[in-house]
Amino acid sequence: MRLLHVWLFLVLVSAGLALAACSKAPSSRGEVHSAPHVAASSAALVPVAATRSAAPAKSEKTHLFTPPPESAIPNNEFGAMVREGELIFRHTGKYASVYVGNGLTCEDCHLNGGRRPGSAPLWAAYVRYPRYRSKNHMVNSYADRLRGCFRFSMNGTPPPPGSTVIKAITAYSYWLATGAPTGANLPRAGYPDPGTPSQKPSYDRGLVVFNSDCTLCHSGNGRGQKALGQYVFPPLWGPDSFNWGAGMAKVNTAAAFIKANMPFSLGGSLTIQQAWDVALFMDSHERPQDPRFTGSVAATRKKYHDNRWSMYGETVNGHLLGSRSLPGNRNK
Amino acid sequence: MALTLLIAGGAVTVRAANLSPSVRSVAQQGAENGAKTCSACHGANGMGQPTAGVPRLAGLNAAYLVQQLEDFVSGTRRSPVMTPIAKALSQGQREALAVHYSKLPISVSKGGYVSTPLTTDNLGERLARRGIWSKQVPGCVQCHGPHGIGVGPNFPPLVGQSALYIANQLHAWQGGPRRNDPLGLMRHVALALSEKDIRAVAEWFATQPVIPQEGTR
Repeated sequence: MRLLHVWLFLVLVSAGLALAACSKAPSSRGEVHSAPHVAASSAALVPVAATRSAAPAKSEKTHLFTPPPESAIPNNEFGAMVREGELIFRHTGKYASVYVGNGLTCEDCHLNGGRRPGSAPLWAAYVRYPRYRSKNHMVNSYADRLRGCFRFSMNGTPPPPGSTVIKAITAYSYWLATGAPTGANLPRAGYPDPGTPSQKPSYDRGLVVFNSDCTLCHSGNGRGQKALGQYVFPPLWGPDSFNWGAGMAKVNTAAAFIKANMPFSLGGSLTIQQAWDVALFMDSHERPQDPRFTGSVAATRKKYHDNRWSMYGETVNGHLLGSRSLPGNRNK
Repeated sequence: MALTLLIAGGAVTVRAANLSPSVRSVAQQGAENGAKTCSACHGANGMGQPTAGVPRLAGLNAAYLVQQLEDFVSGTRRSPVMTPIAKALSQGQREALAVHYSKLPISVSKGGYVSTPLTTDNLGERLARRGIWSKQVPGCVQCHGPHGIGVGPNFPPLVGQSALYIANQLHAWQGGPRRNDPLGLMRHVALALSEKDIRAVAEWFATQPVIPQEGTR
């Protein structure tokens, strides 16, 4: 129980600081939306009036949002949906199998069940939607965004917008974001800027990093390792990995993820150069085809990969990336 | 019984002076050059002695076992008991013993969680499944596999090991007698754990049903 009290205190302090910081914002975005389904003992129901009289808080920039602990998931129908979302998130191939086309789970790239700051945490993403994305040239709802994850990162079939899978992951995200200000750009959202390497990223240098720091978990051939029929360490390329449409297939995105989070448990230990090099190395291997494939690699490159950080359509070691059509969605 | 093919990749080198008796015999009776018998401590069935903190060897990955013996020799893993034994064995004997133990059957218990919600206040289970991410410590099973059954040659099983053995190893990584963890992963983990954490997680794994690691039988 004492641990619960400590957690509640921490969440109280965090929520209080967040609320106080937001109350300084001039725009209407400073309003905080409390979560109606949170149990009465949760910190999210701290009255706004009480926090305004609190001591001046740190600025939003220096304060790190903390999601509520698992023990705070309420024991009601909403809480059951939150739990389902968490299960799907951590064991995607098992609990959303029909929509998954590879061997990954959401947690592979959103570490610690979507909680870890600097690993594209859900609590930061949730409050930024709906938003316009240049990827698909439209304003995306949160459901749209999740469907994109299934289509590209999971090499699968996007679940219908009203499906339980989408609802559950949304409920989980919303609950993780308890107390976070709607519309805020929270610190440690997404993957942090990995810095600029002093040398242009290199495949050969990336191979050295890969061999020394990555093969222990991801295997020498990058195909990951399994136990009890499920991947423990995910495949980085090949038929069971994310497809060419995924964000992780872009070198700058991969470098940012890797710099902050890899090796697993030792995130932050690689140099900027190492992170960029090994990102380029990883993204220079074949993987399932981009689901938006237009019929030719060149045309698909022009339409969807016309930027300096996509390796799709580039030739590496004599091979045209994207040209070897790997088995696609295993559920199709 | 003839010496079996080695998984570890090296050639079998059996010195003429120790033209060995069968591998099983080495394990049970020791080698001519003085290596004590393995079974005296690790059990005839290779299941170890939980109360004495002697680990199970049965069903562990052969390459992992070879590596541990080599690390005792090089000193990156130190044990007053195992170091002289490992040194007394030839490389061929180490490899053969590793294969022998990797193939020993273990009694398999059924049950245990696979991928269920974490609805517990049990500190050990929370550490085992969730870790302490504020210190960038993953749940143990995120590397050691579901149930802690072990993954490949680098992440040995935690299940089927005694609480005393697991706790001893965590202390060894903290204090330095064991420095053979690739990338220093375990040292980083161990240094983040309190005494209470170590006790809780060691006891949790010790009470989990034993499931064999894949690829070792």
